[in-house]
Amino acid sequence: MSVAHRDLRSPGRRARNGAADRRARLMIHLVLSLVSLMVLLPVLLVVSSSFASESAIGHYGYSLLPRNLSLDAYRFLFESGAQIPQAYRVSLIVTFGGASLSLLVMSLIAYPLSRRDFALRRPLSFYVFFTMLFNGGLVPFYIMMTQYLHLGNTLWALILPYLVVPFYVLILRTFFAGIPFELIEAAKLDGAGEWRIFLRIVLPLSTPALATVGLFSILTYWNDWYQALLFISDQDKYPLQYLLYNINANIGAVSNNLTMGITPPTNTGRMAMAVLAIGPVAFVFVFVQRFFVRGLTLGSLK
Amino acid sequence: MQRSIKPAAALPTAGSRRPAALPRRLARGLKRRAAKNGTLLLMALPALLVLLMLNYLPMVGIVIAFKDYKAYQGIWGSAWVGLQNFHYLFSQDAWTITRNTLLMNSLFIVTTLVGALGVAVLLNEIRDTSKWGTKFYQSAIFFPFFMSWVIVATFAFAFLSADSGLLNNLLTSVGLPAQDWYASVNFWPAILVVVNLWKVVGFNSLIYLAGMVAINPEYYEAARVDGASKWAQIRTITIPLIAPLITVNVLLQIGRIFYADFGLFYQVPNNSPILYPATDVVDTYVFRSLIQIGDVGMAAAAGLYQAIVGFALVILANWFVRRIDPDRALF
Repeated sequence: MSVAHRDLRSPGRRARNGAADRRARLMIHLVLSLVSLMVLLPVLLVVSSSFASESAIGHYGYSLLPRNLSLDAYRFLFESGAQIPQAYRVSLIVTFGGASLSLLVMSLIAYPLSRRDFALRRPLSFYVFFTMLFNGGLVPFYIMMTQYLHLGNTLWALILPYLVVPFYVLILRTFFAGIPFELIEAAKLDGAGEWRIFLRIVLPLSTPALATVGLFSILTYWNDWYQALLFISDQDKYPLQYLLYNINANIGAVSNNLTMGITPPTNTGRMAMAVLAIGPVAFVFVFVQRFFVRGLTLGSLK
Repeated sequence: MQRSIKPAAALPTAGSRRPAALPRRLARGLKRRAAKNGTLLLMALPALLVLLMLNYLPMVGIVIAFKDYKAYQGIWGSAWVGLQNFHYLFSQDAWTITRNTLLMNSLFIVTTLVGALGVAVLLNEIRDTSKWGTKFYQSAIFFPFFMSWVIVATFAFAFLSADSGLLNNLLTSVGLPAQDWYASVNFWPAILVVVNLWKVVGFNSLIYLAGMVAINPEYYEAARVDGASKWAQIRTITIPLIAPLITVNVLLQIGRIFYADFGLFYQVPNNSPILYPATDVVDTYVFRSLIQIGDVGMAAAAGLYQAIVGFALVILANWFVRRIDPDRALF
């Protein structure tokens, strides 16, 4: 009875539902487009301001479409001494050096922690993950870094603090633990040592997790300015983000290397600087977004 | 470390039947186990050392909170002052920084939850019919997550600058008075909420969307047959089914409520002292006391205060999470 009933009712209802659904979907697209636009608006504002002429900004303020197109800001940034290329170099070294080293060190600890037959698995897991819950705070860390390890004004001060991130170790450990233990046993029977098993079996099977954590790590290093704020005062070791911070904090910083008498394009200069700092990230973002999305599910799997 | 293989290969040789073989085999087994565990321990060593230097040894430095620290006297040479640092802290600034930290983080948790759930629900509705649309919106809203706070601060400046900011341009063009945003404390809770939401809403909506994708489509099918509207489906299927995910996510955020995002509170207000009544949080306070003012003891006291309250909150939050979804508990 219910079947007949449903059959009688469904065509009209479905048509009505279909029309309503279409209307609802249209509304959703409208709302999401608006939200996306609002999110991207600041990016547009900064990019267009960086291509405006300094006088236009002085006159009309920052606007969404550039008035009096000009490349002065960029020209100024690249001509005012070697500071920007140098900051790029520092950021690239720290980002790729740091991320590679970090990935190596973290996989090396995540693997033993993933092995059920490792005698120290439980105590060492606690040792790693306890640091997520409690730490001595900024002051002892700062004193350790500067007075005991003497890392002030070295690139190691930018690399070391993010070398072992317990949460990333957790992601890697979870992934490694999913590799069938029989594979490892079989390799052992064939005479493979722990190093060989790790390098030849575990790592090649874990590329998705390695990619995700590697990208997180790259992003962490590239976007970091905090460690530089704490430990770097030598201008030659400023990473890009920290240079931008200095320009923001002290407009005069740009004109340091400049001959007297020329007014630096400060309003457009900081916007151009921001665009230069975003550039590589935006480029990478387009390609790697799906890894991040996958990383989210990896992290929540545990 | 190939050494561990050799004893194994040597096992079936002559003499293994003699009674003495048992202890010898046992010894070999032990040796092999030691070798295996030794290799695994060696692998873990670099990370263990990094954590020892940067996390565990500094924990000893907590004593600085109870000292009148002077750099030239060192940690152990400086004089003990008991609870004096804490006394100063709680007689002056503790209330402001605690209030700002808890209040702003609570606002962030609520606004992010509402915003991210909203976006996730909308994305979920068009996911099947418009693949490219979903991808585009998702990417656009996720994008700010990849920006550093320095860049975000530059974005904010383009809007809020008193002379040339877009916001004042808009205000004056419709006849309203321009505002000196970087000098008016009252605007800042709202500004920080908007900036934070802008940066993290995409990331959080992806977490919730991942939960929604996992819902069995048959539920919606059945609801449609019964004539349930889209809104009714969202209310009675989508939200209830991801409720555990929401609870766990919010609990984990509550566990971190005593830790503020230093970049947001330091960079976006340009570290402007006029704005401290609204923007100063525990993290910025510790940083300023240490680096700018040089009151190391006070900074350490505030840091320890944060570490202890923060630890208690994490433990509490984790206890609740464990009761709801043991798989997502930290420990």
